[in-house]
Amino acid sequence: MEHLLQVSDLEVQFGTYAGVVKAVRGVDFQICPGEVVAIVGESGCGKSVTAQAIMRLIPSPPGKVTGGSILFNGQDLLKKSERQMRKIRGNTIGMIFQDPMTFLNPVLSISTQVTENLRLHKGMSVQQARERAVELFNLVGIPEPEIRLKQYPHQFSGGMRQRVMIAMALACDPKLLIADEPTTALDVTIQAQIMELLKEIKDRLDTAIILITHDLGVVAGIADRILVMYAGQIIESGTVDEVLKTPSHPYTWGLLKSIPRLDMAKGQKLSPIWGQPPDLLQQLAICPFLPRCDFAMEICTQKMPSTYEGSKVKCWLKHPQAPQIHFSREVS
Amino acid sequence: MLNYLLRRFFSVILALWIVVTVTFVFMHIIPGGPFQREKALPPAIKANIEARYKLDQPLHAQYLDYLGHLVRGDLGPSFKYRGRSVNDIIKERFPVSAQLGATAILIALLVGVPAGILAALKQNKIPDYAVMFFSTIGIAMPSFVVGTTLMYFLAYKWGLLPAAMWGSYKHMIMPAIALAGLPMAFIARLTRSSMLDVLNQDYMKTAVAKGLPQMRVLWVHGVKNALIPVITYLGPLVAGVLTGSFIVENIFAVPGLGKHFVTSIYNRDYTVILGVTIFYCVLLILANLLVDLAYTLIDPRIKLGGRKELV
Amino acid sequence: MQLSTGLFKPLPQKVIQADLVRPSTTYWQDAWRRLKQNPVAMVSLVLIVLIILVAIIGPLLSPYSYSEQDFIRKNQGPSAAHWFGTDGLGRDLFTRILYGARISLSIGFVASLVTLGVGVLYGGISGFAGGRVDNIMMRFVDIMYSIPFLLWVILMMVYLKEKLPENAGLISMYFALGLVFWLPMARIVRGQILSLKEQEFVLAAHTIGAPKGRILLRHLIPNCVGPIIVTATLAIPEAIFTEAFLSFVGLGVSAPRASWGMLASDALTSLKSYPHLLFFPAAAICITLLAFNFLGDGLRDALDPKMRK
Repeated sequence: MEHLLQVSDLEVQFGTYAGVVKAVRGVDFQICPGEVVAIVGESGCGKSVTAQAIMRLIPSPPGKVTGGSILFNGQDLLKKSERQMRKIRGNTIGMIFQDPMTFLNPVLSISTQVTENLRLHKGMSVQQARERAVELFNLVGIPEPEIRLKQYPHQFSGGMRQRVMIAMALACDPKLLIADEPTTALDVTIQAQIMELLKEIKDRLDTAIILITHDLGVVAGIADRILVMYAGQIIESGTVDEVLKTPSHPYTWGLLKSIPRLDMAKGQKLSPIWGQPPDLLQQLAICPFLPRCDFAMEICTQKMPSTYEGSKVKCWLKHPQAPQIHFSREVS
Repeated sequence: MLNYLLRRFFSVILALWIVVTVTFVFMHIIPGGPFQREKALPPAIKANIEARYKLDQPLHAQYLDYLGHLVRGDLGPSFKYRGRSVNDIIKERFPVSAQLGATAILIALLVGVPAGILAALKQNKIPDYAVMFFSTIGIAMPSFVVGTTLMYFLAYKWGLLPAAMWGSYKHMIMPAIALAGLPMAFIARLTRSSMLDVLNQDYMKTAVAKGLPQMRVLWVHGVKNALIPVITYLGPLVAGVLTGSFIVENIFAVPGLGKHFVTSIYNRDYTVILGVTIFYCVLLILANLLVDLAYTLIDPRIKLGGRKELV
Repeated sequence: MQLSTGLFKPLPQKVIQADLVRPSTTYWQDAWRRLKQNPVAMVSLVLIVLIILVAIIGPLLSPYSYSEQDFIRKNQGPSAAHWFGTDGLGRDLFTRILYGARISLSIGFVASLVTLGVGVLYGGISGFAGGRVDNIMMRFVDIMYSIPFLLWVILMMVYLKEKLPENAGLISMYFALGLVFWLPMARIVRGQILSLKEQEFVLAAHTIGAPKGRILLRHLIPNCVGPIIVTATLAIPEAIFTEAFLSFVGLGVSAPRASWGMLASDALTSLKSYPHLLFFPAAAICITLLAFNFLGDGLRDALDPKMRK
């Protein structure tokens, strides 16, 4: 099957007053049409940067894509001009962001903000655009759309605003929807509603979704595959079952272990991953997870691990000569 | 809305009342004030003053009389110019100042805002440095320095413009620039920092992510937000142009209210000093009210009289 | 790829690689570093120190006094004997400018002290107390704000010049400026305190029984130090400007004392023929104002990068 999106060896860096920060260091993944892929990782691991790089939204200066290719429908997005990218953004690729409060323009009406790209990309008239907006609002579950369209962002609640963002992103029927931490700024109950909505969108519209989050719990219900990122690299990837039930990388294992469960024994201590993510100013010649890894070996201090098992895990534990360790845990 | 206007009206009246009472105290009560030092006054004026201000009456009667005159808009006679009242002086001279002031405000806005936007767009490049450089000079150079420098070069050395006085549009150029200097510089900086702020805002990212053309993102999404602090500055801007007029009109011998105000300070013409002060206060209070109303038109988050939403 | 078996032995303990994580610095170290990187601010700092030194020592070293008149040499341009030339009464302009520096700088520092002393306390108490006290205190401030500061100062000066003897111009100015210069600082500090008050470290201090005064002085105000320093620094050029303005309209110090504004004002009438009389005082004013403004901006950028322009 022809991949919808194919990212190969992507590298992104940022120039700061302290030096050059390599935020993304050689990322490879693919997405098929209609597939939902979740990218998970801690703050600062490079997942948002990867997503923004796909849309060519990295502010430059200080950011720069220094290597790799991003093939969307066979065409390399990194080679396109700004004009060509503008035809794609909001049109065939849509994006929703983390904090709907700050990502909506406070002084423009909702109607303006939702109909803008309809009129631009699809050449609709004001009337047509407004009708489509009402349709969209019904799709995402915003009641009384006609009234709501005339209002301003500050008159909406957090969950409603996120629905508006989703409506905006879906307006032109994109093939790919990038959701950058869409529920992080919302209450837990609203979170669930939004995730339900995204699932519905995947089912009804057959849109591929890249879901970026640091919350593993959010992922399980909707994703087909999971990519785990750490220090700018994908260190493990696989189907939801593979990653959540039989993780291979110690980091993934640590993440899963650290999630508190309802059936924990009373007084049982939580087990976080000690330590901090590495300083991305440095060139990392060895495994970045080393200082925090419970399973580190001699070779981990000497060389960067290659990916094993068909590009799924980046860890020396998967080398044929390494001791066999199985991580397994029942995750509902 | 009505509620808000009423409350505003009352606090305006309160502020004015305090100003008026303070000036009354200055004039009548504090020893050494104008009415106590009647030594130098010619008898004709002295008699006139005494009759007008009812100085033989008890203090509270004087006060009420004073308030009564004020409510009717009568600011009293001039101390120094026989037969002329403060009202006359204001009526005669204010239009000139208003013309000059309005021109200065227009210059400040029409130059400052685009300069600020340009600087923000080309941050850390040459246009930015140029705008920042000139605006810093504009802020640090007092209006009398700007004015006199302009006068020296444009009028004396090169003879391009008349040095002083009033009459044609040529007479307006130098004073207006001198007056606009500081506000223009400040507006440029304010617009620049506001624009930079806006450019970094998340909603700009959303606009770009929708594939909107650059011009639209900039002007419709960006500038509208960036102008909000500039509008807030309009109040102090009017105040600054007003106080700036004292110096500028003086240097360029413009027959405006500011120049006369300065002269009356020299002459210790107390009624004029205090009368014009009250007039200026009323003016500023009205200007601030207008600015507040304009502010609510631009920013839909502000409801009149309600708490501002802190985003 | 076959590698030596020894490479796959597990490591005995967690390797904490200290050099993988960046060292942390304190707020003040960060701020000082940022300030040092700002060339304009550093130049201004040096300039200001120089001006202060010159103002203190300069007049002592000059062979002329500020009032010494010499009608033969009046209105001369700059020369070896008189570095800045002489004025209409034959007085040495350079010396008069040095004395003027003393006046201008003293006004600037007095204003700054007033904002620090009165402004910080007023704003701090108002913000901390909250409720009715805050309302009343701020209502007073708002009313003061309804008249431009300059008008307050002018009114004050007109009155004081009447009441006080001839040579008290400088003292009057200290008073008049002191009357209004604390207002902006009070507003800023109050705003900061209002937002800091709700934070948890205040609650914590309260819980361990710290008296209110201590909470205000030791916990809240030190956290506002950034904006306080910037406002106090920027008050100085504001005050110098106001003094120049007042002197220019004749409400400042009285002759033969020299202030920069007065020198500029005197120079106006003979501008066409003797431009040097205006140029030097004007340059002194501008350079001083620029230096303080740049330093204030630099401090603002250094102390609070979020406010960075």
